[in-house]
Amino acid sequence: MSTQSPIMPSEVLERFDVARIRKDFPILSLNVHGKPLVYLDNAATSQKPQCVINAINEYYRSENSNIHRGVHYLSEKATQEYENVRTKVQRFINASSVKEIIFARGTTEGINLVASTYGRKAINAGDEVLISAMEHHSNIVPWQILCEEKGATLRVIPINDSGEIILDEYQKLLGRKTKIVSLAHVSNALGTINPIKQMIALAHQQGVIVLIDGAQAIPHLNVDVRELDCDFYVFSAHKVYGPTGVGVLYGKYDILDAMPPYQGGGDMIKSVTFEKTIYNDLPYKFEAGTPNIADGIGFGAALDYIAQLDWQAVSEYEHELLQYATEVISGIDGVKIIGTAKEKASVISFVLDGVHPHDIGTILDQEGIAIRTGHHCAQPVMQRFNIPATARASLALYNTKAEIERLAAGIQKVIEVFH
Amino acid sequence: MSELRSLYQEIILDHNKNPRNFKKLENADRVVEGYNPLCGDHYTIYLKLKDDRIEEITFDGGGCAISKASASVMSSILKGKTKAEAEELFETFHKLVIGELKGLDSMDELGKLAAFSGVSEFPARVKCASLAWHTMKSALESDKKVVSTE
Repeated sequence: MSTQSPIMPSEVLERFDVARIRKDFPILSLNVHGKPLVYLDNAATSQKPQCVINAINEYYRSENSNIHRGVHYLSEKATQEYENVRTKVQRFINASSVKEIIFARGTTEGINLVASTYGRKAINAGDEVLISAMEHHSNIVPWQILCEEKGATLRVIPINDSGEIILDEYQKLLGRKTKIVSLAHVSNALGTINPIKQMIALAHQQGVIVLIDGAQAIPHLNVDVRELDCDFYVFSAHKVYGPTGVGVLYGKYDILDAMPPYQGGGDMIKSVTFEKTIYNDLPYKFEAGTPNIADGIGFGAALDYIAQLDWQAVSEYEHELLQYATEVISGIDGVKIIGTAKEKASVISFVLDGVHPHDIGTILDQEGIAIRTGHHCAQPVMQRFNIPATARASLALYNTKAEIERLAAGIQKVIEVFH
Repeated sequence: MSELRSLYQEIILDHNKNPRNFKKLENADRVVEGYNPLCGDHYTIYLKLKDDRIEEITFDGGGCAISKASASVMSSILKGKTKAEAEELFETFHKLVIGELKGLDSMDELGKLAAFSGVSEFPARVKCASLAWHTMKSALESDKKVVSTE
C-alpha cells in the first residue's frame, strides 16, 4: 500500500467495484437510527462476509464434533476442516511449515503466550525488553508483567510528532542487554506503518529476536513472514473479516520447538503419567484444550474470501480512500489529525477544537456513523500527544467515497451542535 | 436532531463551555478524584465542609461535555446543601439518568438537573453524567481517594 500508484486517486476509487464487495457483507445494508450504517470502526473489528457466517452455520449444522480425537466420521471431518485452515494461514503469511502456525484466541493471547514461555525462559534480571511508544496495551502489559517478575527493564523507543518511530533512538536502545523487541506492524491509534523489515534486521545484527504485532497490518498489507524474517508474528482473525475468538501466533520452528509449553491439558501432550508428561509436537504443544473449532473454520472461509480478491486492486483502493479521507477530514475547520506519518494504513485519528471525542462519537452515531472514540487501548500514545482521547475512523475495503462524505457531514453537524 | 438536542441541551452546552466553580479549592477538607478509564474522563472534586453543610464545592479536570456540564451543574446546586440533602440529590440524579425517576409532577421540580433527562436515552453516556456525582458522594463519605465508574 505504500507504493505510489501511477493512477489518479479518483480513477482508482471509481474503477474498484466496491458495490460488489459490499453485497458480500450483509450487515452493511443495516439502518442505524434510521440512516444507512456507515461502519468506520474497522480497526476495532471488521465486518464478516456472508461466506464466513455460512461456514460457521454449516459447521454447527453438519460437521460439529471434537477434533484430533474421534475415529468417527464427524470427528475426522471436523479435524480435516480445522487443519485445512492451518494450511491456509501458512500460505496466507508464507510461513515455511504448518508447524509454525499456532492457533490462539487472538493477538493478545499470542503475545502473552510468547511473553510467558519464550520470555520467561530467555529473560533474566538486568535484561531489557524493547517496545515502541505507539504500542497497544496488549503489547505493553504482558512485557511489564514479565519484567516485573524477572527484574528486567521495559524500554520504549520514542516516536516523533508525526507518529513515526525514531530509528536513531531505536539503534541507541538496542544493546547487549536487549533480549526481545516487540513492535506493532501498524499502529491502531495512529495508523503508522512501521519500517519493521529494517528494524528486524537491526535487531538480528545484535542477536535479538523480534515479535511483530500484526493485528492492524494483516487486513491491509501483504505479510510475508519469511521476507520480513520476524521471529514471531501475531494477529487476530476478526480484524481480517473472520470471527472473534481466533488468532494466530506464527513463530520460527526452531524457536517454537525450544520453548516450554504455555498451558497444560489435552491435545498438547503425547503421553501422561503421574510421574512424567511428554509434550506433543508443534504446533499442538501450544494448543491445550478443545480449540475454537467453529470460528477457526469461519476464519478459513475468510481466508478463502481474501484469496479470491485482487489484493493489489484492494490495496490501491484502500490507499486512495485513506488519502481522500485524510484530505476531506483535515480540511474541516478545527479538525486536527493525530498521526501524520508518511506511511499509513486505514486509520484517521483526529481531535476537534472544543469538542471531546466522546461527544463526537455520540453525535456521529445518531447519524448512523460508527467510529471509535477514546484512548484506543493505547494510553501512552495519548500521553505522547498530550490529549485525553481521539476520535478514530478506520477504513476497510468495503468503505466508499460517499461514506467519507457522510463522515465529513457528520463532523459538520458536531460543530453545529457545539457552536 | 431532536434526539441530539435532548442530550445536548442549552444548559449542558453552556456549562460545558463555561463551567462554574471550575478551580482548585485551596484549604479543601475533602479532595477526591473521579476517573472513567473507559473514556478518560478525569475530575477532582474539592469540598469545604462546615458542620454538616457543604460550604464550598469546586472541581477541575476534563472530559466530555456531558461529564463536565454535570460536574458544573452539580457544583452550583450543592453549594450550601447539607450532606443529607446532597445524598438525596445524588439519588434523584441517578434515577433521572437511568430513566427511573417516577412520581414527579413536572420536570420543574428538578430545576437545572432536568437538563440531564435526555441522558437516559443514551445508555453509553450514563457514566459520563454520573462521574462527578459519584465522586462527590465518595468525597462526603471520604473513604476513598480515587473513584472509578467503569
